[in-house]
This record gives sequence, C-alpha cells and structure tokens, in this order.
Amino acid sequence: MQPVELSSVEIVTAIRQGDVSAERVVTAFLDRIARLDGSINAFLVVDREGALAKAAEIDRRRKSGQPLGPLAGLPVAVKDVLCTADLPTTCASKMLAGFRPPYDADVVARLRRADAVIVGKTNMDEFAMGGSNENSAFGPVHNPWDLDRAPGGSSGGSAAAVAADMAPATLGSDTGGSIRQPAGLCGITGLKPTYGRVSRRGLIAFASSLDQVGPMCRSAADCGLLMETIAGHDPGDATSLDTAVPPYTQLLDQPLAGLRIGRVAAHFAAGLDTEVARGVEEAFAVFKAAGATIHDVELPHARYGVPTYYLVAPCEAASNLARYDGAHYGHRCGPASGGKSAGDGATAFDSPLVEMYCHSRAEGFGPEVKRRIMLGTYALSAGYYDAYYAKALRVRHLIRQDYLDAFATVDVIGGPVSATPAFRLGEKTGDPLAMYLVDMYTVSTNLAGIAGISFPCGFTRSGLPVGFQLQGPALSEPLLLRAADRFQHLTEWHRRRPAGCSV
Amino acid sequence: MPADASPFTTVIGLEVHVQLLTRTKLFCGCPTTFGAPANTQVCPVCLGLPGSLPVMNRRAFDLALRAALALDCTIAPFTKWDRKNYFYPDLPKGYQISQYDLPFSSDGSLEVVDPKGAFPPRRVGIIRVHLEEDAGKSMHDEAAGTADSRIDLNRAGTPLVEIVSQPDLRSPQEARAWLNELKLLLVYLGVSDCNMQEGSLRVDANVNLHVPRGDGSTAKTPIVEIKNMNSFRSVERALAYEAARQWEEWQRTGIEMGKAPKQTRGWDDAAGITRGQRHKEESSDYRYFPDPDLVPVTVAAEELAAIRAAMGEPPTRLRAALAEKWGIPAADAAVIVNQGRDVVAYYETVAGLVGEGKPAANWLQQDVLRTLNETGGTITDFPVGPAALADLIGRVGRGEFDTARGREIFAGLLTLGRAALPADVAAAVAALGITAVSDDELTDLVRGLLTANPKIVADVKGGKEQAAAGLIGQARKQNPNVNPGKVREVALTLIRAM
Repeated sequence: MQPVELSSVEIVTAIRQGDVSAERVVTAFLDRIARLDGSINAFLVVDREGALAKAAEIDRRRKSGQPLGPLAGLPVAVKDVLCTADLPTTCASKMLAGFRPPYDADVVARLRRADAVIVGKTNMDEFAMGGSNENSAFGPVHNPWDLDRAPGGSSGGSAAAVAADMAPATLGSDTGGSIRQPAGLCGITGLKPTYGRVSRRGLIAFASSLDQVGPMCRSAADCGLLMETIAGHDPGDATSLDTAVPPYTQLLDQPLAGLRIGRVAAHFAAGLDTEVARGVEEAFAVFKAAGATIHDVELPHARYGVPTYYLVAPCEAASNLARYDGAHYGHRCGPASGGKSAGDGATAFDSPLVEMYCHSRAEGFGPEVKRRIMLGTYALSAGYYDAYYAKALRVRHLIRQDYLDAFATVDVIGGPVSATPAFRLGEKTGDPLAMYLVDMYTVSTNLAGIAGISFPCGFTRSGLPVGFQLQGPALSEPLLLRAADRFQHLTEWHRRRPAGCSV
Repeated sequence: MPADASPFTTVIGLEVHVQLLTRTKLFCGCPTTFGAPANTQVCPVCLGLPGSLPVMNRRAFDLALRAALALDCTIAPFTKWDRKNYFYPDLPKGYQISQYDLPFSSDGSLEVVDPKGAFPPRRVGIIRVHLEEDAGKSMHDEAAGTADSRIDLNRAGTPLVEIVSQPDLRSPQEARAWLNELKLLLVYLGVSDCNMQEGSLRVDANVNLHVPRGDGSTAKTPIVEIKNMNSFRSVERALAYEAARQWEEWQRTGIEMGKAPKQTRGWDDAAGITRGQRHKEESSDYRYFPDPDLVPVTVAAEELAAIRAAMGEPPTRLRAALAEKWGIPAADAAVIVNQGRDVVAYYETVAGLVGEGKPAANWLQQDVLRTLNETGGTITDFPVGPAALADLIGRVGRGEFDTARGREIFAGLLTLGRAALPADVAAAVAALGITAVSDDELTDLVRGLLTANPKIVADVKGGKEQAAAGLIGQARKQNPNVNPGKVREVALTLIRAM
C-alpha cells in the first residue's frame, strides 16, 4: 500500500514500528500535494522544507532509540485560522496577507510536542465566514469529488486535503458547522468537540463563544487519535475546560447495542435533497441493525437556530475583527488611496486617522466579512441591542435547553449534516441568505456548546458524498467517536476515494 | 463673595481612574513598571494580536476588591466583563475590556473632614467602582513638524479601577480635599501609588450650578465634563473657573440642563481656562456586550473576609488612634496621618523615644515637615533620623538648650545629614562650637553683668523680677553657649543674696 492510502492510525503505527520512515511518508504526501493541489487549491502554504526536516529528525530519533510523541511522523495540515510561528497565518484574508504570528496556537504547539509534522496551512473562507470556501481571498477550493463543486466551508481546504489524500489528518475550526459541513460534502470524518474541550488560544477568533477547533480525518478512529493530542485544559484560555482527556482510541471498540439515537422529524422536511434523505435513512438502518434504537425527538427551537446564529456570530465577529485597523499589523492602505477610495465610509470631514481606518478595512476585508461586521455592528448598536443581541441570547438558551431535554431520553441525535450534496461553485454566491441556510443542521450544536460529528453515509448517483451527523451532549466525544467508528466498521463509504485523485 | 452668600450652589461629581499596584497586567503576565522603553512590556495579549486570549489576573481583582471595601461599597457576588468597542490606535483590540451593567462593586462612600474646618465634613457617595484595562499611550509629536503619532503599548492592559462619585461635592476646595483623602486611602491600603505625574491617578470632573429661583424652585445649568487636569490643584482651579464661567453663561443665556447637550471641556493649565472640545457624538455608542473570552467572576464571603482582614488601617481610623495613643489634638493627628504611612512611622518612633507625644508632634510639624515642604524629598531619606530628633527634643525638654538653640542644632543636624556625616546631637553641638558653660564660669559672668547694670539690680530688688531678662542678651553676647534660663536663675539668686 502507498503511504498516502494509509489511515493516521496506520501511519503512526508503521513509523513507530520502523515499517516505513517518516521521511518516506511525508515525502509521499508532499509529492501528492505538488501533483494535485494546483487544481484543488486546498493549501495556502506548503512547508516542504520544514516538514522534511522534522521527518528526518523523527527518523533519527527513532533510530537512536529516543522516545517519540504519539503522532510521530504523521503529516498534519492546519487550517489557516490557527497561528503558526514558523508559517504565515492569513485567515485567507488580504487583511493578514503575509502575517506571521510570533507564537503557535495551543493546538499547534500540542501537535509539535506530539511530533506531528505540519505540512502546510489550508485554505478557508475568509476569517472562517462562509459555507463554500468561495470567500477566500486566495481563490476557492475545488471539491475533489467534482472540481466544479464547492467543498463546503469554512474548513473547505482541510476537508479537500483529506479527501484528495493530500494529508491524512487536518485541523479545522467549527463556529456554525465549518468542520462538519465540509466533511460531509467531501466524504470525510470531522468532529466538532464540545465548547472548551480544545483550547482556542491562537485560533483567530470569528465568534468566540461558538468557535471550536477539531480534527478532520478519514475515519472516526483517526479523529480520536488527533483528539488525544489536541484536547485538554489550557490555562491561557479562560473558557477551556479543566477536565481529564479520555483515551478516545481505546474507547472505540464497544458494541452499539442499546445506543439510543434520536431522530428529529423536522430534519426531513421540505428542502432536504431526496438522495441525501435516502443516505441518512440508510444510516439509521445500519445503526438499528447494529443494535441501536431510534427514537423520535423534538428540538422545538431548532428552526430559530440560523437567525439566532446570524445575530450572535456577527456581533462577536464585528468586535473581534475591530483589531484589524491597519494601525499595528496587517493591511494598511497606501498613501495613494488616501481620500480616493469611494464607498468605504470615509467622508471629506474625517481625520487622516479615520480615513486610514476606512480605506484599510475597505481594501483588506472581502464582501462577506464586511457584511457580517455590518450586521453585528448594527445589532449591537444602542437601541437595537435588546431587540437583537439580547433576544438572540435568550433564544440560544432555549436551544440549549431543547438539547438538554432531548438528551434526557436519547444518547445522541442523528440526521443530515447538510440539506444537499456539494453544490456548484458560484451557485449560491449571489444569494447570501441561501448560503446562510447551508448551516441549518449544524449551527445549533455550536449555540448549545455541545459536540457533533459528521461522517460519510452514502453517495448520490452522480458520485457525490452524503454526510451523516451525530450530535451528543457536552463531553460526549467518546460516544460520538465510538458510534461513528462502529458505523465505519459496518460500512465502506469512508474508504471511497474520488476518481480523479486516484493514486 | 463669601460662600454662603453665593447666588448658586456648585455641584460636583468626580470620576477617578486609578492604576492598581500589581506587578503584572490585568489580562496577561506583562510587567506594569512605569518608564520602560516604549513597547518593551508587551505580549500577544496586550498587543491584541490575532488569536490571543485574555486571562484575568486574580491579584488585580483582589486589589480592586480592597479598594471597594475601603470605600464601603457593596460587593457583587457575581460580576462579568464587557467589551467597550471603539477605534483608536492606542487601543489595539479595538475594544476595551471593562465592566458595564454589572460592576463588581457599588453604593459606597468616603467622608472628608478638613482639619481646619474650612468646610463642613462631607460624606461623598460612590455610585460604583469597576475594574477595566488601561489603553496605551499616544504621543502626538507636533513639535517634530510631522503629523505622525507614536504609540506606546506598555500601559495597555494595566489594571485600572474607575471610581464614580455621586455629585455630592459642593465646592472646588472640597473636591480637592476629597481627592486628597481618596488618594491617601488608596496609598495607605497599597492599592495604588496614585502618582498623577505617571498617570496612575486621573480625574475627570462633572460640574454644574444649581441656581435657586425666587419661587423656591431650582434651575440647573447644563453639566460640563472637565478633562486634562493633571494635579489636584488643577482640579480645584478648573472647577473654580468652570463654576464662574457657567454662572456668567447662565446669566447671559439662561440655558438649563437638558436644553443643551452635555459638553466636554479641556483644562488649559497655563492659560487657566477650560476650552470646549470638539463635540463628539453625544451618546458615543460603545456597543457594550459581554466579553465571550472571559468567564464571570464570583466572590465568596470568605474571600471578602480574608481581604478585609489583611487590609490594614484606613486613615480615618489611624487619625483617631494616633490622637488617642499620644494624647495629641485631632488636628495634629490629621496633619501627620495625611502625610502618609512613613511620616506616621517616623512620628511614632520619635514620640516613643521622647516618651511624650506633643513635643514630637510640634517638632515634626514645625521643623521636619516645614523642611520637607521647602526642600522636597521624602521622610525616608530625611537627613535627621528619628533617634537624633528624639535626643534633641529630650535635651530641650530638660533645659539643656532653649528652643532657639535647639533649632540651631536641628539645622546643624540637617547640614551634617546632607553631607552624609553622622548626624547626632553631640556632633551637631560640636560642629556649632557649642560647649557647656560650667556653673562657676556662669556665676562669674553674671556677677560682672550685675556690676555693670545697677538699674536692673535695683528693679529686681524693687519687685520687678522680669527686669532680669535684660541680662540674657548681654550674657549671650559674651558667651553664646550660656543657657538663658540659667542666666536668669543665677542672676536672681545673686541679687537676692546682695
């Protein structure tokens, strides 16, 4: 078997046993990136030199009998929303083009300590705002299953990199579905952990109360392997949970008998693609055959999830993105644009400082980021706060309560991750509202702060992956990973590879 | 015009920002030392770099609790952090982490009593005390002839408490005295060094006039907020100027509060006037909302008790204790305590060695503090140590020297001390050429004087004992080291024996 066909678990085992060198594994993935990424655009930066040096170091250490970290030699690509001290970190925005942070994100530092090999930074929607990866300032990502289609977003680069075997494992971030939805559209497995399970320090904030870093891999077992490294308390993140990290990979191998899976009828209402519906129903059947029981549950406030999310997230984003003002780092308008740019909000009466702010932000941010900054600024403004932000927080509370009520009777809730399979690039770009609705099955998980996992459960007739989502209570990652892993022992969907990307 | 005849009442409320004396910043581990080279005490958190996250410094929170407790505030059992959003280059995140609707403390008060009774004791209500992070400093270098401004972010993230008073102050003088009392309290409790020059205490004042109308109702002039005052003296002057300006404007326009927007005026210390500042949009919309990066803070009763127990004695209690312990007048105790903890310690050492409070208080106020006022410096590096001063006070008390001579010796001690020489009384006495005059020497000297002054002898014999005082000057002329009391005593004895 070629190294690029191995799972993450298989790679770390093979390297540790000396069956294959880290250098050979890393080279194989780097070569594949070089061969395929020109047409996919999943990577913003590839660190060939750094990755090979790290691989050589691991091989040396292994030969001399020195201890190796649990991810020794595993190539990992990291979404460009995570700070890396040795590589540019841009959030796929012109605002941060060339920006190099002076520090590693907590998860990146954990990966390095575990001897993972960081091969590059993956493309994304600008500042993680979007569901198609078309909002990247550095061009869209193409879905490996059909290069004319979107990979989903915002972690589209990470999803596509795994789907095209350009990396066995990647990190994404999920604020309203940004791990699970692209995982679904690209036929891979992605876990959004419980809020606070993984440190946010060094994760460039989109919406701080919703953002969470998680693994995107070929299988649930691989996600568990990554979680053992990236999860854990960080005293540098006040919202990080100080709870022991379970040995996820050791908890997988247990039967599903007795698992109570909730099914929400509203998930199957009009708007759900029939082929997606079929794939999801078949997945329920697989679980049932394995001994799980399916129960109807209701999430009465779920229909307010998208509007609630599109108040809470932009309000936090508007504030989080205020720091990109051209004054300290990032894009600053050149003297040439002083007083010249039209339509950026600056007026003839403004001070040079205000003009600099207006022009720098007008030039540095893309249209979707501007749209969300405006939505958030408006909703937080005096006189609107109570009607919008405060009300959204109350609804958020109700949504959280819905889940608590549901989890009193079921262990997890299953259903579609996205209403349609991968859509065509450009199909929704003219209609922001249609784009916002791609998050309808995923945003509530973030609003409730709970965990969710997405994995492939079938394919459409035209060969596009269909994703299945399981949501579980806070800190239910062991259960979600186990359920997905058992499913993957009973099905082969996660082993399929896009034809155009065959080895 | 005497205050009670004023045609209006000046109503003043103060907003005081005080930097807490923490080693590190409020939400990161950077040091807070003043005066370091620009932008050297910074990290990703206080620079607001992408991905950085704040973590609260509990020590800063505890110091803020101490300040609020000293101001008799009610402490909220649950408090949270809010973001105050605005753009400015010295605010690197584009928002300040502050407290909006749930400050950690509220409803306190602080009384100020003037030792000389210049105004009646005034208890000033505290609306709220909240904790927030400071911004950096912008330096607009207009002198250099460029329009560039420079930003120093060393101060960004330093913990600040904002203390907002009720509009309970009724004169510029009261406002100044109250600020002095507040500063004293915070310095005594180790909450802040309250150094205005270094910006660790900043004051904004809100002021308007209440003008009684003939019909018994009261007209109120529009409230003005005064900024840019860099000393308590400036606060007093600015308020006095502003009250006069508002009175003039009121008489001219009759515009009442609510009919004109609240105005912000800057104090120009050199010109001695306030100037209207560019109208910022009045309800500056800061779009406050809870900071999602931080968790709410809870305060348990035991924590409060521990902070209260470790708090130390506030100035009010110390004044009473000092007056009681040393039997000195309340006014003396107030003057000593108002100088700060080190002066109190100095005083108590001297008084203890002397064994008596009042002479120590007199020497401290009339000589030590006067010298400090004239020459600057602090009591801790004052050239005359408490032991030497106590020795001197003791000798004067026992009649070894009269007070005038004692002052000369005090001056001698200062000279020695400044020259870093051993400054004890014996050395000062030697340096001044003062030698003890023996009884025989003195008797001979007085005898000679009596012979030369038959008129004085006759007057004393005639019952006018005070005439003997006329000999003292002459005796000192002949020998400056004679003790005047002894001259008198010997003269009277000799005359009686004649």
